[in-house]
Amino acid sequence: MVRGFGWAAAFPDEVWEHVFSFLAADADRNAVALVCRAWHRIERRSRRRVFVGNCYAVAPAAAVRRFPEVRAAAIKGKPHFADFNLVPTDWGGGAEAWVEAMAEGWPHLEELRLKRMVVSDDCLELIARSFKNFGVLSLVSCDGFSTAGLAAIAANCRNLRELDLHENEVEDNCLNWISHFPESFTSLVSLNIACLEGDVNTSVLECLISRCPNLRTLRLNHAMPLEKLVSLLQRAPQLMDLGTSKFSADHHPELFFKLESTFAGFKHLKSLSGIWEAGPAYLPAIYSVCESLTSLNLCYATIQSPELFKLVSRCKNLQRLWVMDLIEDNGLIAVAASCKLLQELRVFPSDPYGVAPPISLTEHGLVAISAGCLMLHSVLYFCRQMTNAALLTIANNRPNLTCFRLCIIEPHTPDYISQEPLDAGFSAIVESCKDLRRLSLSGLLTDRVFKSIGASANRLEMLSVAFAGDSDAGLHYILSGCKNLRKLEIRDCPFGDKALLDNASKLETMRSLWMSSCSVTLGACRQLALKMPRLNVEVIDERRGRPLESWPDDFPVEKLYIYRTVAGPRSDTPPCVWTV
Amino acid sequence: MSTTETGCSSTEPEVTGGLGYAETELTLGLPGAGGSRPSETDRKRGFAEAVGLNLEAASRGEHCGARSSDSSDGPVSGAVKPSAAKAQVVGWPPVRSFRRNALRSCTYVKVAVDGAPYLRKVDLEAHGGYEQLLAALEEMFSCFTVRHYPDERRLVDPVNGTEYVPTYEDKDGDWMLVGDVPWKMFVASCKRLRLMKSSDAINLATRMPQECSNK
Repeated sequence: MVRGFGWAAAFPDEVWEHVFSFLAADADRNAVALVCRAWHRIERRSRRRVFVGNCYAVAPAAAVRRFPEVRAAAIKGKPHFADFNLVPTDWGGGAEAWVEAMAEGWPHLEELRLKRMVVSDDCLELIARSFKNFGVLSLVSCDGFSTAGLAAIAANCRNLRELDLHENEVEDNCLNWISHFPESFTSLVSLNIACLEGDVNTSVLECLISRCPNLRTLRLNHAMPLEKLVSLLQRAPQLMDLGTSKFSADHHPELFFKLESTFAGFKHLKSLSGIWEAGPAYLPAIYSVCESLTSLNLCYATIQSPELFKLVSRCKNLQRLWVMDLIEDNGLIAVAASCKLLQELRVFPSDPYGVAPPISLTEHGLVAISAGCLMLHSVLYFCRQMTNAALLTIANNRPNLTCFRLCIIEPHTPDYISQEPLDAGFSAIVESCKDLRRLSLSGLLTDRVFKSIGASANRLEMLSVAFAGDSDAGLHYILSGCKNLRKLEIRDCPFGDKALLDNASKLETMRSLWMSSCSVTLGACRQLALKMPRLNVEVIDERRGRPLESWPDDFPVEKLYIYRTVAGPRSDTPPCVWTV
Repeated sequence: MSTTETGCSSTEPEVTGGLGYAETELTLGLPGAGGSRPSETDRKRGFAEAVGLNLEAASRGEHCGARSSDSSDGPVSGAVKPSAAKAQVVGWPPVRSFRRNALRSCTYVKVAVDGAPYLRKVDLEAHGGYEQLLAALEEMFSCFTVRHYPDERRLVDPVNGTEYVPTYEDKDGDWMLVGDVPWKMFVASCKRLRLMKSSDAINLATRMPQECSNK
């Protein structure tokens, strides 16, 4: 490399800093840092945002040392499959190490976003005390803390703008945590407490809302009764994003009228969610805001089809729709006709474990959406039947798909008309959708589909596979292809040692690989770990008590998590996890 | 919660129609969704019917006594078995735990103790029967120990010997003694729990015939 471009030295550092400030993407900033020492130095001192996709990929102290002026950090912990109970609860992902290092090295930190991490109340207290200008706390799918921890945040973070609690398991031991926001506190812009189970003191909340004129997002939990919700909402007509509480009550015309006029008062509402336990009586109160909504999340609303259909078809400007399969094919056909700006659709199962669903949601609904919604690029769809023909149609209709996650509820389900595997259908998806970044497979699939994916899915970054494939060849196709693959998660597939070892170096180009209930042996893990010192090869086994060293090479590995790291083996592994 | 999903309800004789016990269940409509608990949509949709069914079932209480042996499910979270042969696969379909919990969150009830300033919450569905629930309450309010009487259980504060009787408020707003009705019916109708000093509990609703109390 050319040593220190002479012309680089002609400009003061501040000029380069200013130039670099136009680079938002981490990848670009990383590239800049490799050009010369001067740029490396300037870039690292001016980096303000850090994203750590795997909290164990780098030591907290190292990250803090390298980028001393960070103002916003986002960190992720557990593997994605932790969402589905596949990862032991004590696996790790604790936030303490990171919070302690940040408290020490980033006193000016303003934003912290943690996902799938174990966050204790002590952590929250440390956060509350350590960062004078703390403004944004976002906890997504975390656990380990209680409302007492939230009270500490409320009491101490004088400039808090955003408190976003999304789908966390929070223990409710401090009933009045909201009252810990001091009277002088007025900076709140966004409050999301939808995941809290306890009752929230409505009058305290009303006071809080009344004195925060910049409040734009308010997502409540389901515990608040409808009458109280109405009086609360009347204090915040400027809301842009609302998550309601329970949307049912005994029918009182007066309450309905109040609710209706409250909603009519929302001139800026773009996003609506919550609507727990919605009864048909109160839904029409929402109609006045439908036209302006760009995002509608009904995935917890067990509304039946006619009311659901009436509601959604009024939302002509919808860009994002999350809904239960109670919408049925007819409902989706109506959406396809009304919601021409739709970009993202997620359809969740109302009864994932039932066997004879009365729900008439099939491949037809998704095909209709793919035909009618030209801007559709992101799909999550739970259903019980699919055909290759439908997938082909979807692929041809929507080559602009970037995220396609299909979950056919019963494993190994073939094309229900031809009884063939769904290889052809998914192959069509990856061949047609050149910008596909995320893909989840399901149904009956052979190695053939992996051949197509390996060959065609050049932009694919995340792939989820379950109950698929015939042999190691399947895994080999993926690992030897898919140039941009970052995260691969596999369960219950007959993939084994050979594909893993033959593609060992690929693993260092990826963030992580999860394999559970596959055919990998301990011997292969040992070989892999030896060959690739910058991978942590974690074997997870909750059954045995004996230490890893005593097991033979042919011991079948139940769960395997491999990730690249510059921090070496971690020191906080629980008894059921061994770093090979 | 996670690994216990597999197979612990495999010995249950219920499920698709025709069984007397199924009739006292609050499930309606979805065949095969009998499992350990009514499915979420049934509970939501059938709310109005549920109250009516409750009354009906109460009068057929004797039937459930014979079947009370199958009420002791493990802490199953939604592991409804579609048929006797199929085991529930852990983590499939990939529905997030939070979502599964949220959709059945109506079984969380508040627990109040006379004289204590704090409330706790307990998920009724996480317990297979009255024994487990009482054990959980015992743990939650760790000052208490369970004392067994021939026909009911009480919690005792060992410090002063005060006895507490677990009571609950049902959907009709009546306060009843815990343990009177079949477990499933209790889970479905209980709105909140109160550990009442036994001296205050004397006037509670009369109890059902003894065959209905579960283990």
